[in-house]
Amino acid sequence: MTEILRVEHLKKSYDGFLAVNDVSFSVAKGELKALIGPNGAGKSTCFNMLMGQLKPTAGTVWLDGKKITGLRPREIWRRGVGRTFQITGTYPSMTVIENVQMALMSHHRKLYAIAPRAWRLYRDEAFEFLKTVEMEDQADRPCSVLAYGDLKRLELAIALCHRPRLLLMDEPTAGMASSARIALMQLVADIVRDQGVSVLFTEHDMDVVFAHSHHIMVLNRGELITEGSAEEVRNDARVQEVYLGGGTLFAEARNA
Amino acid sequence: MAFFFAQFLTGLANAAALFLVASGLSLIFGVTRIVNFAHGSFYMLGAFVGVTLMEVLPGAVGFWGAIILTGLAVGAIGAFVEMVVLRPIYRAPELFQLVATFGVILVIQDLALMIWGAEDRLGPRAPGLRGVWRIFGEPVPKYDIILIAITPFILFALWYLITRTRVGVLVRAATQDREMVGALGVNQAWLFTGVFALGSALAGWGGALQLPKGGADLLMDFNIIGAVFVVVVIGGMGSLPGAFIAAVLISVLSVFGVTYLPQSTLVLMFVVMAIVLIVRPYGLLGREEVAGEHGQAGAPETPIRPYGRVGKMLVAGLLALLATLPLFAEQFVLTLTVDMIVFALFAASLHFILGTGGLVSFGHAAFFGGGAYAAALLVFHTDTRMELAFLFAPFAAGLLALGIGWFCIRLTGVYFAMLTLAFSQLVWSLAFQWRDVTRGDDGLVNIWPADWLNSPSAYYYFTLALGVGGILFLRHVIHAPFGYALRAGRDSPRQAEATGIDVKRIQYAAFALAGAMAGLAGGIFVFSKGSVFPTELEIGASFDALIVVFLGGVKTLAGGVVGAGFMTLVEDWLTRLEYWRLLLGLLIIAVVIIAPEGIVGSLRSLCTQIRGSESEVSK
Repeated sequence: MTEILRVEHLKKSYDGFLAVNDVSFSVAKGELKALIGPNGAGKSTCFNMLMGQLKPTAGTVWLDGKKITGLRPREIWRRGVGRTFQITGTYPSMTVIENVQMALMSHHRKLYAIAPRAWRLYRDEAFEFLKTVEMEDQADRPCSVLAYGDLKRLELAIALCHRPRLLLMDEPTAGMASSARIALMQLVADIVRDQGVSVLFTEHDMDVVFAHSHHIMVLNRGELITEGSAEEVRNDARVQEVYLGGGTLFAEARNA
Repeated sequence: MAFFFAQFLTGLANAAALFLVASGLSLIFGVTRIVNFAHGSFYMLGAFVGVTLMEVLPGAVGFWGAIILTGLAVGAIGAFVEMVVLRPIYRAPELFQLVATFGVILVIQDLALMIWGAEDRLGPRAPGLRGVWRIFGEPVPKYDIILIAITPFILFALWYLITRTRVGVLVRAATQDREMVGALGVNQAWLFTGVFALGSALAGWGGALQLPKGGADLLMDFNIIGAVFVVVVIGGMGSLPGAFIAAVLISVLSVFGVTYLPQSTLVLMFVVMAIVLIVRPYGLLGREEVAGEHGQAGAPETPIRPYGRVGKMLVAGLLALLATLPLFAEQFVLTLTVDMIVFALFAASLHFILGTGGLVSFGHAAFFGGGAYAAALLVFHTDTRMELAFLFAPFAAGLLALGIGWFCIRLTGVYFAMLTLAFSQLVWSLAFQWRDVTRGDDGLVNIWPADWLNSPSAYYYFTLALGVGGILFLRHVIHAPFGYALRAGRDSPRQAEATGIDVKRIQYAAFALAGAMAGLAGGIFVFSKGSVFPTELEIGASFDALIVVFLGGVKTLAGGVVGAGFMTLVEDWLTRLEYWRLLLGLLIIAVVIIAPEGIVGSLRSLCTQIRGSESEVSK
């Protein structure tokens, strides 16, 4: 299998505190890979470095054989990486479909156009993406009135707009009801299968992780402690220690 | 060398009052996140109350007693203002609070005029400190030395209060996270009132302490507010030691400026501020502020829509009325309408960058006045044809905006606002002090339109075509991809950047476009009046536009237009009254509290409500 993303010796330190320490991994084409770990393990920091929101202290990120470390988020997006955030970031002053149209306008490089009416541009195309995430019936609602789970789906539609090669999803199902979680991840799995997109996601819900990911990586205190299939990770003693007891966070909670 | 040192001491002494006022402003901003434009008014009140008390109380005890009492009195006034005006609007975006404090300025100006009259008051000399001491042979007023000696104690006392007492802990906690402090059971309302009172008291003390050096007059409020903002911004918003360092820096610099570069006194301060902000965007000792954290007031902004049938008919009707106006209206109505359209275009250009772009600019008059001056200078010095000079107005203003925007766009929130203010003051002081070119406050006169436009109705149609055309063009841009991208950057910069939008570059382009459109308004203005004066570049001019945008409603372009029409009429009517500032100030405060969505916004919510209740009835 060829790899789409390769991360080598990624490191982020804040005044000496190592939030991410020497993390290396790769994501293969068409793979649905999970990055898990307890709160504060460094998952979001990792993601922010992959997508350019944060500058790594050291290490390199390769996308399809090309170095993307140090590029800005918008440049990385232009190279075919989509991203959804842990806390959704949509445009509340636009309708649902306009949110998707906005990303399409960016993709088609129409951002500086002042002649056309924006709401007419790429409306049909945007509608198709809304269909993909089953949001077409809410297309013309203001984005500010959406339920949280719908916002998450809208964000996914937006992230798919420029036909990304790689999708980074930071806790895609956080704050959703458990039935909705399964449905959303099933949707993501379908997209991976149908469109050949690779997905790297972080997640707290273990049911979601074990049900859908091809590969799982476990991060603890900024270090990658293991990687493997669902079965392997489930039986790994170190992972059990982190999650089921003996893990630092749990120990602290017990002492408190 | 001795002279040099004496100058330095004068600067240090001047820093005392400046530091007191600035520390008050800094405290208030730190805790309440309100940029209190009325702070200069409390300083002025301090001076007037101080003079009055010193006339009543005798001797040295009376002098110093009067100063202490003044602070307490002004503090009480501050607490009153906070409870009545600001408490209802803490959750509103900072623009609303700014406008409200601007209303307070107007009210206090007229109240001071009513109570103390228009005459300047000379401050009494401090008893026992009338003469000078000789330092290295140079005379230094004794009172200056006393001021220099007092200031460190004030700094120390404030520092002690903030870092070593329980109240200080609460204040610092509130500075970092207001909501958390509230959740922990601290009565935020009283904490805010207390801090506001303390800040006002400090301004009052500043006003009273400078009496023997300056006196009291009705222009003090605006004269100091520029310097105070510069000090707070240079020092870093919310930092007391920063305010102290900056107050000393600015005071000493301006004393030397008066001696060595008298032509540049006004510019100097703002140049220093611009340099500091470019090197350290959050001031010398400041930290990054999350300004604009409240977002929009009231309900979230609704998605923009093309006008429905009713809206289109209203616009068409208004345009038909405007087009036929010269057939039946008197000439003064035409003149007033030209003023209105010019102001509406100016306000629409500010609304574009402020409402759609989310960038609160305090210096938009630089582009309006800049455009007017650009055209006028061309006509005045080179006798250029009017048509060409007129075209030069938006072009020059756009270039100016590209220049200023290059520095400002990298900042956000209050710091962006302050830097735009600084640059507009720079442009103003150029027009004011570069007399060889601009003729200073004599202004540039005899700037008349070409012959074919030189009748009231011809120029009226010229204004109508370009003014309304400009406004419609801006509206079209808002509805185009560029306007959407600008709004995306305002709504969620992170999401915009993560989907390929270069937010800063979009904002930069929008800033230049807004500047060019303001310049167009300035071009129409200068040829309609036949003259231009530095007043068109003043802070007041920028604020008029801000107030208009806000009065009409920030969330809709029609707001700026309606607000401009409203304001032109109200000013035309109010300025005939003696105490029009008082009325305008009260009106502004009332709108902020009662109708925070502005005229258009409130009308629209009213319509929606009525329609909503109708449809419920019909069910």
